[in-house]
Amino acid sequence: MKFMLLVHHNEAAFDKLGETTQREMLAESVELTHRLHAHGQYLSASPLQPSSTATIVRVRDGKNLVTDGPFIETREQIAGYFLIEAKDGDDAIAIATRVPGARIGTVEVRPLREIPGLPNV
Amino acid sequence: MLDGKPRAGVETVVEHARDRVDTVYRSDSRNIFATLVRLLGDFDLAEEALHEAFTAALEQWPRDGVPANPRAWLISTGRFKAIDAIRRRARLQPLPDDIDERLVADGDDPAAWDEGSVKDDRLRLIFTCCHPALSPDAQVALTLREVCGLTTEEIARAFLTAGPTLAQRIVRAKAKIRNARIPYEIPSATELPDRLDAVLRVIYLVFNEGYSASSGGSLTRSNLSGEAIRVERLLVDLLPEPEALGLLALMLLHDSRRAARTSPSGALILLDDQDRSLWNRDYITEGLALVERALSSRGFGAYTLQAAIAAVHAAAPSAAATDWAQIVALYDLLARAEPSPVVELNRAVAVTMRDGPAAGLNLIDAILSRGDLDNYHLAHAARADLCRRLGRTAEARASYERALSLTQQEPERRFLERRLEELKK
Repeated sequence: MKFMLLVHHNEAAFDKLGETTQREMLAESVELTHRLHAHGQYLSASPLQPSSTATIVRVRDGKNLVTDGPFIETREQIAGYFLIEAKDGDDAIAIATRVPGARIGTVEVRPLREIPGLPNV
Repeated sequence: MLDGKPRAGVETVVEHARDRVDTVYRSDSRNIFATLVRLLGDFDLAEEALHEAFTAALEQWPRDGVPANPRAWLISTGRFKAIDAIRRRARLQPLPDDIDERLVADGDDPAAWDEGSVKDDRLRLIFTCCHPALSPDAQVALTLREVCGLTTEEIARAFLTAGPTLAQRIVRAKAKIRNARIPYEIPSATELPDRLDAVLRVIYLVFNEGYSASSGGSLTRSNLSGEAIRVERLLVDLLPEPEALGLLALMLLHDSRRAARTSPSGALILLDDQDRSLWNRDYITEGLALVERALSSRGFGAYTLQAAIAAVHAAAPSAAATDWAQIVALYDLLARAEPSPVVELNRAVAVTMRDGPAAGLNLIDAILSRGDLDNYHLAHAARADLCRRLGRTAEARASYERALSLTQQEPERRFLERRLEELKK
């Protein structure tokens, strides 16, 4: 079963951690992707550029509305994602506890709604 | 035989068979349900299957005789009827993910319903109903419905919620289990401590809801406390972990005082003033033994320590003979295991009993001056009591009034009002 792990953290707090800690957390995340890959559980993952790089796109009544982001002002912002294959909900939760971002922020675990007709890559 | 005519043999057989169905329903319906959830992979399917199975039993056992293994018969029948129903529905609309594979897979495996798996299934059910992915409200509602077998109406009434609201909560909880792919399993060894914590929390919440209603006239809704104790006994039987033993002991010891806690008119009677001859001695004996067992193992925690404190009270032949020094020592341990302002408050009350009101008042004032427990009526009631004993009447009045403004429970209000009256004399 496929799950999306959405990693959130408070960007200001993350910045205050300093470059060394940030690099270590990133390295830990990469290591996690390799361990998942070894178990056939890794589909995709990446950190995202900060919310200041976000652009908001909406189309209403045929008009393109493009504005400065992020989507909403919140205490924590989306920082990255892991797309994984897991045995069940508990397995996905267990993997989420190993995401370094869970120690300073929040990981939202969501099952994918598997629909037919998507390209086979 | 009252009218002199012999009873027809057929009637007796039919009655006997129906009685057996009834007996098995009362003793085993939740066990059977737990196994059906595993075999069918879905709560609603299992509920339907259970209903169909017992309906079939009422029709067939009078005709064909009561089966040698009624439980196995009911599980097997329920499962087959569910498969039939699913296949019929499949002709009309697509099946939910991989449901058919799961049904065929567990086939006629006799291990599906032996003693060992029946116990495992009950644990699976409890742990799934108390899964942390469900909201605490949902955990409580689902546990009472599926583990205890209470109807949604009964649960709604007990928690002073509207029936439809409660029913919706349960529907959403089952949907969450399905959609978030929560497995029907006993947690692994690494997950067990946290998952067991969640179960104990739910059970204790149910017990407390029954022990002292959060608002309204009656101080105890004994049904809920009884249910909590029943489930906890089941849990202890299946999984005798120290904290599970500790929680059972705690609930038994609290409940042992039920008859002495309120006067016939519903007025609150403090521990010090209770008629100890009204305490349930069987519960106390059981509770004390459980505390000993829990304390002698490693890995006991807050529930066990609270139970140990309750045990010291239970063992005292009179209020005056209470070993307060031991209680303070246990609170010291509890404060380390689970630091909280409420624990500090209760410790302060124990210190008062050991060292006098001035010592207790210092501790309570320290808690309140930090801003903790400012909205907790018992903190102000305790402070008021100590001020009263130290002759600081004006402060006592102010604290009793603050306490009154913070509680809606009738018996507690009456108690506080009485204290205020007494101050005027």
